[in-house]
Amino acid sequence: MSSVYALLFIVATIVLVIGLARKIAQYAKAPAPLKIPTTPAPVTQTGVVLRLFREVVFFESLFKSTKWTWLFSWLFHFGMFLVLLRHLRYFIDPVWLPIQLIQPFGKYAAFAMVAGLAGLLIRRIFVDRVRYISAPSDYLWLLLLLAIGVSGATMTFVIHTDVVAVKQFFTGFWTFSMGDLPMDPVLLVHLTLVAVLMLLLPVSKLLHIPGIFFSPSRNQVDNPREKRHLVEWARKLEDS
Amino acid sequence: MAKAEFKTPELSEYIEVPDLVEGTMEHITCFVAKPEHQEALGFPGEKKENWKEVAIDKMGDLLSRYRSFRVYLDACVKCGSCTDKCHYFLGTQDPKNMPVGRQDLLRKVYRRYFTFAGKYFPKLVGAVDLSEEIVDDWYSYFHQCSQCRRCSVFCPYGIDTAEISMAAREILDAIGIGQKYCNEIIGKVHAIGNNLGLPGPAILDTLEGLEEDVWEETDVAVKYPLDVKGADILLVTPSADFFAEPHVDGLIGYGKVFHEAGVSWTLSTTASEAGNFGMFIGSYENMRRVSLRIRQAALELGVKRIVFGECGHAWRIAYSFLNTLAGPFDFLDPDYPVPQHICEFTLNEIEKGTLEFDKSENDDMSITFHDSCNVARASRMGDKPGGQFEIPRKVIKSVVNNYHDMEWDTIHDRTFCCGGGGGILTDDLMEVRVKGAKPRMSAFKNVMEEKGVTHLAAICAICKSQFTKVFPYYGMDMFQIVSVHQLVSNAIVMNRKTPPEEAPGYGEDDDE
Ligand code: HEM
Ligand code: SF4
Ligand code: SF4
Repeated sequence: MSSVYALLFIVATIVLVIGLARKIAQYAKAPAPLKIPTTPAPVTQTGVVLRLFREVVFFESLFKSTKWTWLFSWLFHFGMFLVLLRHLRYFIDPVWLPIQLIQPFGKYAAFAMVAGLAGLLIRRIFVDRVRYISAPSDYLWLLLLLAIGVSGATMTFVIHTDVVAVKQFFTGFWTFSMGDLPMDPVLLVHLTLVAVLMLLLPVSKLLHIPGIFFSPSRNQVDNPREKRHLVEWARKLEDS
Repeated sequence: MAKAEFKTPELSEYIEVPDLVEGTMEHITCFVAKPEHQEALGFPGEKKENWKEVAIDKMGDLLSRYRSFRVYLDACVKCGSCTDKCHYFLGTQDPKNMPVGRQDLLRKVYRRYFTFAGKYFPKLVGAVDLSEEIVDDWYSYFHQCSQCRRCSVFCPYGIDTAEISMAAREILDAIGIGQKYCNEIIGKVHAIGNNLGLPGPAILDTLEGLEEDVWEETDVAVKYPLDVKGADILLVTPSADFFAEPHVDGLIGYGKVFHEAGVSWTLSTTASEAGNFGMFIGSYENMRRVSLRIRQAALELGVKRIVFGECGHAWRIAYSFLNTLAGPFDFLDPDYPVPQHICEFTLNEIEKGTLEFDKSENDDMSITFHDSCNVARASRMGDKPGGQFEIPRKVIKSVVNNYHDMEWDTIHDRTFCCGGGGGILTDDLMEVRVKGAKPRMSAFKNVMEEKGVTHLAAICAICKSQFTKVFPYYGMDMFQIVSVHQLVSNAIVMNRKTPPEEAPGYGEDDDE
């Protein structure tokens, strides 16, 4: 059984890495022929980096819009971010100091994540506009992440699993000495769902993760009068 | 396509987010371009036999040429943040007028043909095959988007439905069902030089008329020159400025400002149009062709600077795209930005102290300013972000005593569209225009009631035309819309007197 999981995670990692890399390459290769930043926009490259930083870390545009969505979304993402950082301790040895320091908060971040997700799900079901635009996959993503969060928190707070063995399993990946995964049902559910998430990420709306960095309305410098912007296919028109 | 009866929406005090009512605007459709309009722009004259294939191929082509299109179709998480931001949704309650609802009309086809999930699990992700009904929906709802970009301000990824609408219209053009309004107009620019199809002699006639009017009013011989070689400034302005109120009052104002500033300037017959509807149909090639006329005119006339008159989408193209489409402008004076907005020019002169105003000339009015979408969210003025909000307001406040802004969430980059931008300023879309104007009308009405504002000033030919038409639907007077340079024109004190022999018609009345 442990080797089935080992195989699952190897495949999931490959799919995730290659899938994302291909998408990123596709976005990077697609030219942006015109300057279309949503203005007012930064007039320097540094300004653009700051704009993206505010979008990625604070969800600035969402905050301008709907405060409830912003709150739930930020709880979910920031909670998940802390949880993910905390998870690094299962993959590296020795555990870096900053990761050790966040362990106590990381533990409770799971609640923020689950609360945020629950809020988003309720919103999706009850706000008629959001319900209208939702496909089944939109609900399933929330349910999947909720299940991951709840199963994880269950292991942290209710039915503890043998984390030493789990760590042995994942750190052993590098040396092909993973040992045995504890056969706790909660752990197995948690890991299966995470693998599903990794497998589906590159073919889903989770492409908003690379997408935000490639969005021309957010990542372009507002300097069209000062600097001529011309992509390859547009230059060809000039030659003809 | 009989004129549908419709009810003008009731205005509310605040922006209320309405409940969804499906299909309220499904019946909307605008006239389809005739074969000759299509072919003049390089599009097939009639709907192609193999339209499905052509549409999917075109979509693929656009995906490879436009990063915006590619990323926006993938990145949407259906968070709903944009759903209540579109004036057309707020005015019609139709969920397909929610920005993401509009995008999804295209996205569901994209998913079906271009994504793994959509190919193998279409039901799961809401992907569908391309069909006749979907093309009908595209034609209807992508002509209910004014490409105002308000949605992109509030989307966490900046997804700009305007880009999707442009792409959709390009696909529709490629399969042979273009929109008559836009395509006929673009054809006129290619053939004659402006959207209205005004030939050179008609423009000359108008300008001479203006010179006489200004002479009578001020006793100063202000010139409105056309095709003058060697002038310093080429003024490119929307052709509406040549004939209709309140546009023409703005043109009178530009002339007075140039006169007082003591600069030489000219209009051009071949570049007698600042507007460029090539953008509305998403066609880079047509947009480029229209833009090249301006470069050509600047070269032929040997000017040193280019200044644009009051027009919103024209300013977007001028500011953001002109250098790309028709640059480089290394033959112009490098001391000035290329191009410059007339408000930048006027404010600069005000700050230099060359202009004198008598603000009391505008005391019969109390003004508020409508930020035009394309100026607010797709361009800039001056050298700081947000200059596009400050500069026109500074110009206005220099020439009027009474000024009040509308509610903060309806101006600046949150401004509401007039309801007529993006290629839908046509009578066959009157219902869309009236309903889409609702949020702007509400904000205007509130500032009228609370602050005693009487007039709305704008710097866009489309906004001005649209307000002239829709004000009466909301119980207002069509003359409540004014040009910013009309206000300038009213207040400017003409200090540079001219010798009598420069007066229009001097020496002609020999028989007197
Ligand atoms: C660069 C990092 C990321 C940024 C900036 C980001 C940003 C956002 C924002 C602004 C939203 C919209 C608000 C909402 O509906 O929640 C959103 C939604 C979502 N994000 Fe992310 N995200 C990031 C990473 C991730 C990751 C790593 C995952 C999961 C593995 C994820 C899963 C989701 C899901 C499922 C939604 C939809 C929520 C819903 O259905 O309402 N995001 N994201
Ligand atoms: S661009 Fe403007 S009109 Fe079009 S969907 Fe967005 S908000 Fe609506
Ligand atoms: S705000 Fe952006 S991500 Fe959210 S539903 Fe609208 S288009 Fe999609």
